Amino acid sequence: MRVSSLNRKLIRDLLNMKGQVLAIGMVVAAGVSMYVMYLSNFASLQRTRASYYNQQRFGDVFASLKRAPLRVADEIANLPNVSAIEVRVVVNVTLDLEQLDEPASGRLISIPSDRRPRVNDLFLRRGRWIEPGRPDEVLASEGFVVAHGLNPGDRVPAVINGRLRRLTIVGVALSPEFIYSIRPGELVPDDKRFGIFWMDRQALAAAYDMEGGFNDVVLALSPGVAPDETIARIDRILEPYGGLGAIPRALQLSHWTIENELNQLQSFGFLLPLIFLMVAAFILNVALTRALALQRPQIASLKALGYANLAIGWHYLKWALVIGAIGIVIGIAAGAWLGSAIIGLYNEFFRFPVLLFSVPFEVIVGASALTLAAAAAGAFSAVRRAVRVPPAEAMRPEAPTRYRRSVLETPFISRHLGTAGRMVLRNVTRHPLRAAASVFGIGFAVAILMIGFVFTDAIERLIETQFWIAERQDVTVQFVEPRSESARFALARLPGVVAVEPQRSVAARVRSGHRERYLAITGVPLDPRFKRIVDQDGRAIRMPPSGVVLSKTLADVLEVGVGSDVRLEVLEGTRPVRDVMVTGVVDDMLGLSVYMDKGALHRMMREDDVASGALLMLDTAQESEASHALKVLPVVAGAAFRRAVLQSFRDTMAANMNLTIFINLIFASVIAFGVVYNAARVSLSERSRELASLRVLGFTRAEISLILLGELAALTIAALPVGALFGYGLSAAIVQTVQSEVYRFPLYVSSRAVAWAFLGIIGAALVSGLIVRRRLDTLDLVAVLKVRE
Amino acid sequence: MPAALFDIRELTKIYRMGEVEVHALRQVNLTLDEGQFIVLLGPSGSGKSTLLNIIGGLDVPTSGRVFYRGSELTQADEAELTAYRRQHVGFVFQFYNLIPSLTATENVALVTEISDRPMAPDDALRLVQLDQRGAHFPAQLSGGEQQRVAIARAIAKQPAVLLCDEPTGALDISTGIIVLEALASVNAELGTTTVVITHNAAIAQMADSVIRLADGQVTSVEARTAKLAPRELSW
Repeated sequence: MRVSSLNRKLIRDLLNMKGQVLAIGMVVAAGVSMYVMYLSNFASLQRTRASYYNQQRFGDVFASLKRAPLRVADEIANLPNVSAIEVRVVVNVTLDLEQLDEPASGRLISIPSDRRPRVNDLFLRRGRWIEPGRPDEVLASEGFVVAHGLNPGDRVPAVINGRLRRLTIVGVALSPEFIYSIRPGELVPDDKRFGIFWMDRQALAAAYDMEGGFNDVVLALSPGVAPDETIARIDRILEPYGGLGAIPRALQLSHWTIENELNQLQSFGFLLPLIFLMVAAFILNVALTRALALQRPQIASLKALGYANLAIGWHYLKWALVIGAIGIVIGIAAGAWLGSAIIGLYNEFFRFPVLLFSVPFEVIVGASALTLAAAAAGAFSAVRRAVRVPPAEAMRPEAPTRYRRSVLETPFISRHLGTAGRMVLRNVTRHPLRAAASVFGIGFAVAILMIGFVFTDAIERLIETQFWIAERQDVTVQFVEPRSESARFALARLPGVVAVEPQRSVAARVRSGHRERYLAITGVPLDPRFKRIVDQDGRAIRMPPSGVVLSKTLADVLEVGVGSDVRLEVLEGTRPVRDVMVTGVVDDMLGLSVYMDKGALHRMMREDDVASGALLMLDTAQESEASHALKVLPVVAGAAFRRAVLQSFRDTMAANMNLTIFINLIFASVIAFGVVYNAARVSLSERSRELASLRVLGFTRAEISLILLGELAALTIAALPVGALFGYGLSAAIVQTVQSEVYRFPLYVSSRAVAWAFLGIIGAALVSGLIVRRRLDTLDLVAVLKVRE
Repeated sequence: MPAALFDIRELTKIYRMGEVEVHALRQVNLTLDEGQFIVLLGPSGSGKSTLLNIIGGLDVPTSGRVFYRGSELTQADEAELTAYRRQHVGFVFQFYNLIPSLTATENVALVTEISDRPMAPDDALRLVQLDQRGAHFPAQLSGGEQQRVAIARAIAKQPAVLLCDEPTGALDISTGIIVLEALASVNAELGTTTVVITHNAAIAQMADSVIRLADGQVTSVEARTAKLAPRELSW
């Protein structure tokens, strides 16, 4: 294929400015790779989840209850639109694992031994299905098996209804119901301390007096049917049997968590690349404006030779598009690589049979279109200005820019500026827009770097507030069944236990109009010792004697505020229904909470001092004795140790955040380098004549470097506060985006975060300044002065 | 009697430089004949370049009319002027204006790629005796060589008219003569009407017609019969 002369010129011109091309291309590439990384992960997760749900027949409606006879299952199965149903026995147990000091939790779920479940089928990774007549055979969740290095044939000791039994793992399984599985009361999944076990129906029912009954139901609906009506009917059917309220798939814990994650991926996948591409368009504009000014005589020649404006415009627009294309190629490759590395992180949280990473074609097309549009937009004004010049005028060099004393040059400042300082000042104020563009560009780099540090701070803040201010207990104990508060005395007698605070919480549906959520109402004692209501700033809030206090997010979901009424439909005991006034709203960080005065809660439940769990303070020296004792206590369904919970939280978050900060650091450096390097090259090409003249007049290299680098330093310093502001705004925007019902990050920008971001950018600016300075050292004085401009 | 290539009537051009008005051309009337070697003489600021730019379709007059082979250039729009430059006019500038990133051959090809009946770039370079230097970039050529590449580039489209603005202005005598020889041979061999702007009166001795300008007006038009060869010029 023959390359036209104009395209040859394009290629050689770009090769000639390859440093700048690469610098801008890398900024573009950073944006593209973010876009590709986030959106490919989004698409990969979504596709994987969809096919998993489909293959394993994931349910549409889920309901738990106390106990119902099996005939009720037929009643539900006969409801209109119900296409498949599976009734189960589900119980939580304590696992007595030798390798752990503190008790681990297990969830036992019944499965038929002679067939596969019709809804929520399991994916059998290894081993075999359980066999009838062998009551101790179980399938274990893959996360648990992997975390403990177990194999089919290994045994797990579990306290089942007060009796220690050794369950034999015969197979390793995954379920669409537990892609995300978390122990109640924890922040992140901890596969070491929480496992799911699927066990023969008869064996499990026998242990819990559930023969001929069930306490859990999952069902599939005919395709395309909304679940609302079925849910209402199921709630009516199950109410006499202690129904805890049926929920649609949208509210199923695992599904809901993945959904939240996917939404975040999607909004990040758009927001961050957009910022990068905007910066790239900015510096492309500055770089091209200058490059085209240098091309004026060539533009004139082309016009004189008979090239039309459109052809010339297209030729120069191609400069930008080629740079964009370079960025696209590098960006897609980097994004695919990063994406495949990061999707591994999702395996820490989400368990899929296979989690395959692929870059969908639409993502490539989207990234390319967005980038080329940004490049063209960045180039447009520069190209238009250049092409518009009448041909005869282009033959003359561009008129010298009019310098004037800058408004900043007050007599006072003037006196303290040297010649170099004055030149820097005038140069910056001469092109205020260009200076502003550079300041904005570097500012964005500061902001991107800052975000990473802000989020580490946010997590520390969350830990601090949650574990040291709001919940000050060392251990949170969950009872198998609510029992008399006198159980506290038994707990207090355990070795190492220093103090006990009984806790009462009841399952309820909170409603306002048609908006509702299922959650636990927590009873707050008059003078809580361990667990307090605390807002994002760590301020404890006093529980009013009447009414309820809601998480702000819950109040928002229900669209209520202080003074409004909400309906509480308790799903335990006598199932009271009450309209209660909201007497407080707390801007907290985790989950959705409803708090009520403990006495009022007992009165509502028509009960005496009943506790559903307890909070313990330990003598740390005797922690392992305490945990050994708790493990074998039959009344204890689970015990969460702060130390262990914190450890697993930190491990997961650290892995996550370190990678994010590392990626941000690279991307921010790319931007900072790209912007500073380009600003320097543009100044150098504009002023090489002037600087060479100064050298001829006897200025030293150091002195002329000062003029050029002084300008860059001034721009960088000006960009720091701007960047801090952007960083704050961007962090606020991201905090807003990641707000979910699962968790809310507090917006907390520490001076440490700002300082690190500043240091990083100053470093990147220094490096690019030094690279340009090397060019100054090789400035050919004679040649520069000879060239006619 | 040769046919008129350009017919120029009452041509006026006024530039506005800030608050001052500069009268570059004041009601110039002129005809330029086909096939001739024409020299425009005059001091700096006499309006020669403006005249050249206007008849070359690079600039538009403030008032007055220019006819090229009977059609009015001054009525042409931007696209028509571009087409006119592309098909009919070759330009040679004082500072060569070669594209630095393209070799000599590619600089010529820049033109041959967009014209209707171009000669091969190598043939154009042979006419200016540079066929051996085709692969060189402008920076690797001397000033005289660069100017000859510019001439080759200008004539490769086989234009009706070659417009040269101070083609030897940046060159020493001996190199200047080589460039003028190239121009003379193009005029003789291809019959291309050639208009050369200069303030060097010696060059007038090789012209068919010498037009003198001063202060935006034509002061004399001289038809010459005894043309000298460039080598015979006394500088």
